[in-house]
Amino acid sequence: MRSRWSYVYFAFYLLLGVVLLFLNNDLSKAVITLMNVIIVLVPLIGTIFGVMYYYNSQEFTELLLAQPIKRSSIFLGQYLGVALSLSMSLILGLGIPFVFYGLFESSAIWDFSLLLITGTFLTLIFTALAFNIALSNENKIKGFGYAILLWLFLAVIYDGLFLMTLIMFEDYPLDKVSLFGTMLNPIDLSRTLILLKLDISALLGYTGAVFKQFFGTSFGLIVSFVMLTVWVVMPVLRIVFKSKKKDF
Amino acid sequence: MVTIQNLHKTFGKNQVLSGVDLSISEGGIFAVLGPNGSGKTTLIKSVLGMVIPDKGDISVLGENIKKNSEYRHKIDYLPQIANFPSNLKVKELIKMIKDLRKPTNEDERLIDLFKLEPFLDKKLGNLSGGTKQKVNLVLTFMFDSPLIILDEPTTGLDPISLIRLKDLIKAEKNKGKTVLITSHIMSFVEEISDEIVFILEGKIYFKGSIQKLKTKTNQPDFEHAIASILTDNHA
Repeated sequence: MRSRWSYVYFAFYLLLGVVLLFLNNDLSKAVITLMNVIIVLVPLIGTIFGVMYYYNSQEFTELLLAQPIKRSSIFLGQYLGVALSLSMSLILGLGIPFVFYGLFESSAIWDFSLLLITGTFLTLIFTALAFNIALSNENKIKGFGYAILLWLFLAVIYDGLFLMTLIMFEDYPLDKVSLFGTMLNPIDLSRTLILLKLDISALLGYTGAVFKQFFGTSFGLIVSFVMLTVWVVMPVLRIVFKSKKKDF
Repeated sequence: MVTIQNLHKTFGKNQVLSGVDLSISEGGIFAVLGPNGSGKTTLIKSVLGMVIPDKGDISVLGENIKKNSEYRHKIDYLPQIANFPSNLKVKELIKMIKDLRKPTNEDERLIDLFKLEPFLDKKLGNLSGGTKQKVNLVLTFMFDSPLIILDEPTTGLDPISLIRLKDLIKAEKNKGKTVLITSHIMSFVEEISDEIVFILEGKIYFKGSIQKLKTKTNQPDFEHAIASILTDNHA
């Protein structure tokens, strides 16, 4: 089940990569278009696959629990199985067409690698969040509902609320607040990182300049990656913690 | 062999086990009995570490089972309902469990005993309930562990397989192993068990031989003895 779907996912990215390259005929432009797709789609797929896999393998999990294996290895193994196979689909599916198009001789290689790295981070983060939701909800429909809501919140609603706050307090200096707000949402953080790397921060006006000052430096880059890592580690720790206390 | 002290467990508002004290000595067949929902499966799952008790201590073969998974090497467990991943083949499942625990050749004898050869290449999702239970039995009995826990082993079995199962359990007992069984089939329990443990409302109500139960309840046969406990406590 899992492997069949990850092939479909892989084929989808392969197709997406090829089509974008043909339509744009330019690596950097294709990277920008891809970013918009990845930022929204990767978290969604990670969330849905994570929840679906957990609920589908429940019977199997119960079988494993009676065997002499540590609980943390069972659940971390399942998590890594899903998250890594999704990441592989993403990296190979997008990587292959770009490499054939001549990525290695192009200046877009760093932008493209950043795109893949953030894509992988987003997969790890959202699969872990999905496992958390599934572990805490016995009811499949509820679990699915919460997972989709979480995705919707972080991908769409958060931005809306964020913008509203900015408009409400527009009389105050907001660069620090907006920087902080961006850090707290992995999707926003990834988007900002890639946008600034692509050097189109001029589009963002004054705040863009502040952002550029922060994210453009290696310090900003390191802080961002630390934040993304924290976003992976926290839910994974909760998986371990929660699974140790759960009854089956 | 297994010692349980002051075991408590609640699921939500439902108190399932309230202070179970039980010690099971080595060797022999012990039947855990009780009405539906009395906590038999919860008790067994606590011993296996699948249910985490609210309070109390359990030790298996002298080892406390808290934060420990190694002791499960010494237990063979037959789950109540055979819920196997439906996309695996019987052969693949047997191989996988062997990889997880240890190599054994015992499975060939058991497959032969339960006449499972024609099903080896079929997916588990396509098997009937009784056949799944036979696969379940093969998975349980193929390892040579000192403690065997069987949760409703007779479900879905045809008469001939039932006879084979009884022989199998008796053979394990003769090797000096400890067998823990839950069942609602009283004739099966009466025939096979050395000692019974009766759970009622989350506590051990009776522990001892069937003869002792008959004397205690003043009933001539086992089935009526059990029935009299239930009516005295619920009617």
